[in-house]
Amino acid sequence: MEKPNERLRDVVIRFSGDSGDGMQLTGTLFSEISALVGNGISTFPDYPAEIRAPQGTVAGVSGFQVHFGSERITNPGDYCDVLVAMNPAALKANRKWLKRDATVIIDGDTLTEEWLRKAGFETDDPIAELGLEGYNVVAADITTMTKHALENSGLDNKSIVKCKNMFALGICLYIYHRPTDHALHYIDMRFGKKNPAIAEANKIVLGVGYNYAANTHQFANTYTVDPADLEHGTYRSINGNVATAWGFIAASEKSGRPLFCGSYPITPATVILEELAKHKELNVKTVQAEDEIAGICTAIGASYAGNLAVTTTSGPGLSLKSEAMGLAVMAELPLVVVDVQRGGPSTGLPTKTEQSDLLQALYGRNGECPMAVIAASTPSDCFHYAFTAAKIAMEHMTPVILLTDGFIANGSEPWRIPSMKDYPQINPPIIHECEGEFMPYKRNEKMVRGWAFPGTKGLEHRIGGLEKHSLRGTISYDPENHQTMVRARARKVELIADEIPPQTVEGNESGKLLVVGWGGTKGNLQGAVKQVRAEGGDVSLCHFNYINPLPKNVAEIFSRFEKILVCELNEGQFAAYLRQNYPQFSYEQYNKCEGLPFTVAELKQKFNSLL
Amino acid sequence: MADYKYTPADFKSDQEVKWCPGCGDHAVLHAVQRAMPEVADALDKPHYMFTFVSGIGCSSRFIYYMKTFGFHTIHGRANAIATGLKVANPDLSVWVCTGDGDSLAIGGNHFIHAIRRNVDLNVILFNNEIYGLTKGQYSPTTKLGKITKTSPYGTIEHPFNPGELVIGAKGTFFARTIDAEVQLTKDVLVAAAKHKGMSIVEALVNCMIFNNKTHADFAGDKATRAEHTVLLRHGEKMVFGAERNRGLVFENMQLKVVTIGEDGYTMDDILTHDAHRKDTTLHMMLAAMKYPDYPVAVGVIRDVEEEFVYDAKVTEQLEEVKAASSIKCVDDLLHSGDTWEE
Repeated sequence: MEKPNERLRDVVIRFSGDSGDGMQLTGTLFSEISALVGNGISTFPDYPAEIRAPQGTVAGVSGFQVHFGSERITNPGDYCDVLVAMNPAALKANRKWLKRDATVIIDGDTLTEEWLRKAGFETDDPIAELGLEGYNVVAADITTMTKHALENSGLDNKSIVKCKNMFALGICLYIYHRPTDHALHYIDMRFGKKNPAIAEANKIVLGVGYNYAANTHQFANTYTVDPADLEHGTYRSINGNVATAWGFIAASEKSGRPLFCGSYPITPATVILEELAKHKELNVKTVQAEDEIAGICTAIGASYAGNLAVTTTSGPGLSLKSEAMGLAVMAELPLVVVDVQRGGPSTGLPTKTEQSDLLQALYGRNGECPMAVIAASTPSDCFHYAFTAAKIAMEHMTPVILLTDGFIANGSEPWRIPSMKDYPQINPPIIHECEGEFMPYKRNEKMVRGWAFPGTKGLEHRIGGLEKHSLRGTISYDPENHQTMVRARARKVELIADEIPPQTVEGNESGKLLVVGWGGTKGNLQGAVKQVRAEGGDVSLCHFNYINPLPKNVAEIFSRFEKILVCELNEGQFAAYLRQNYPQFSYEQYNKCEGLPFTVAELKQKFNSLL
Repeated sequence: MADYKYTPADFKSDQEVKWCPGCGDHAVLHAVQRAMPEVADALDKPHYMFTFVSGIGCSSRFIYYMKTFGFHTIHGRANAIATGLKVANPDLSVWVCTGDGDSLAIGGNHFIHAIRRNVDLNVILFNNEIYGLTKGQYSPTTKLGKITKTSPYGTIEHPFNPGELVIGAKGTFFARTIDAEVQLTKDVLVAAAKHKGMSIVEALVNCMIFNNKTHADFAGDKATRAEHTVLLRHGEKMVFGAERNRGLVFENMQLKVVTIGEDGYTMDDILTHDAHRKDTTLHMMLAAMKYPDYPVAVGVIRDVEEEFVYDAKVTEQLEEVKAASSIKCVDDLLHSGDTWEE
């Protein structure tokens, strides 16, 4: 018999289990399927730095949250409607993320003394211990049912147990009325060729989980989440790191300069290098360097040769690249340095998000060393800002820092695929020939010097990290020349402001409270502002992507609001920067350094306290 | 072979050379400028295809004196920057000028990894066994016990022998020369340029100011050099001495200096140099020979053809993938994989 069906506007599911339980894959598959049926989605993988922490412990819990709905979804949601917990540790670790009426699906086979002890429970009743009475807790014997389903498969016990994540996926697909065909297709693609037996086993278990949910009375209802009314077009799902990589490839095509990436693996930036390494067909050369310094230095060498050069890293790697960034500033070569920010200082929280590298990006170099700084703000807009960073770098002959963070780098969302004909041409100031003596540091009206590649006849010249004569590029220790060059390098970066779009405001053009954010907090800030506005609060959002230089109309916007609240995942770095640039305003702050994104709930509370 | 009819003057920039009078770097610069016309012809590359990259130190000023493209970078990083340059444009002839501090201390990591990858760079390693530009601190090649400004009671660190380091990292080309031997320097530079893969030429240079005569015991003057160095040439006997009556033999798993005509040794017993041997054992022993137990080996010690040359492989792989892929432009890429219509 068909179960009663209820329509929902949006749902949050959190999949959690041991690091080896395949929860990232399960969550990704559920998200892709939801995107394919036309929902808006936003995802948030939340995993430990350890690849395989001890089984069954809270430290080893890996989670993946997906928020899907019948409208555009801007953030992965604070609290979940459904928690899938593959063991008691996963339940314990995620207790605080449950909505009041949430459904909890736990593998009943793990409610044993041994698993409970590993998870640090003190009693044999985790439900009471976590205060979950009154929640809809479904303890399904997932391991047992998986084993039963595969008893004739011929597979060993370890391989059989590994399939249990598909059981959980099957349950969720049933409850939310999703088709299984995409998952079946994916399983074939991933395992089919190498190991048909494993592929078959996964497919069987997916079906068993789906049927279990249909037959058990523990799920009284099923739910429909209608397709979102998204802008017409072709869509795909994309995460921030892949979007960043593709943005650079697009800039390479639009500039005609081959793309070079010199990088060293570091969490959570590594995927950009991995993605670029795949796309040699589009003239992408990658060097996995021996260290962070070699990463940026090979990129500088490639830039000198005439390539669009990028290096990708996270906080500690940015520190290591500082000296070489100074060389790129001094040599006035185009370069994009991507910093996928994570919790710091030092090794900090490698897999957790934070926005605390801002001041390092702006100032963390010796000497007067200005660099353009741009921040992407959603998984898919990493494409646009990577493209833009590359465009600015090449057209203004300057290194640019592109800031993203672990949250948007790993998070994914549906993306309406742009057409490259809608993207602008990139016109680097390449010099092809020269009459008379070549002056490598002669500037145009934007203070930009020419790009002269080695191998171009007649342009032989010498450059370097020593201060240079303002035209010839030869070494100069002349005091006035140094002053001229320091100001020329600064002016060149300032003039980029002429070419960036004006700052915009979402909400009212003037009013009581202006929420200011930058970078990867956009989705959560938008969510909170939208909800407070729906409840009648006079709040608007001014979210920044261009950090240095700042857009020209910022002071004018700030002057129209009674209060300004700067929200950021650090202890107040952008607020300090705004105070320095616009000291005429006073700034309230809302800061958090927990390694986690803002929740919409806590933001709303803060906004309301100021209204 | 091309014939560009270049002269050394075609490679001389208009910059005044600012090394101390008597510095060994002058002689190396002279040799490089003399070698370049021959190198240009051998590689069939006009002089705008030459780029010199350097790090930091006295020798790294070298690039300003060459009328080619030049990039004076930061301390220790020349090999990494040159790697990126060469990978981005494998048609260029890329030369790295670096010192014992630059490449063996602060840039040691980049040095060994560029060798491991076998990037087609030509590295001139100026070894004066001292930090000159910072005025006299010990370097990774300074002799044990040497008194310097930072080792007022003598160093207590074992020095690197650059040849051992290069060959230990499976370098495919290593040569050694002495500043005063301009012709030898020129010859090994031409050999280095012709070698496909990473070539390292160690130039033993004298720092008059902070480490005067550090190589003088075996390299001080022509007569000393004849007695205490052995010039290795591929296919020729390893003989040395003013009378050319001494040579190297291999006995009891080690090299031994013998006099031809004494103790029953004849010319037939003397080793013949094989620079192309892939096995590193003998090359390592030759590079490691130290005065006074042995003559110091100069010339091309190792010159091995290796199939994998990094920058060429990068390009080759790119072309293979390009030919096989159905993705021809960014629009194709954006639409690859799962997509859906709204």
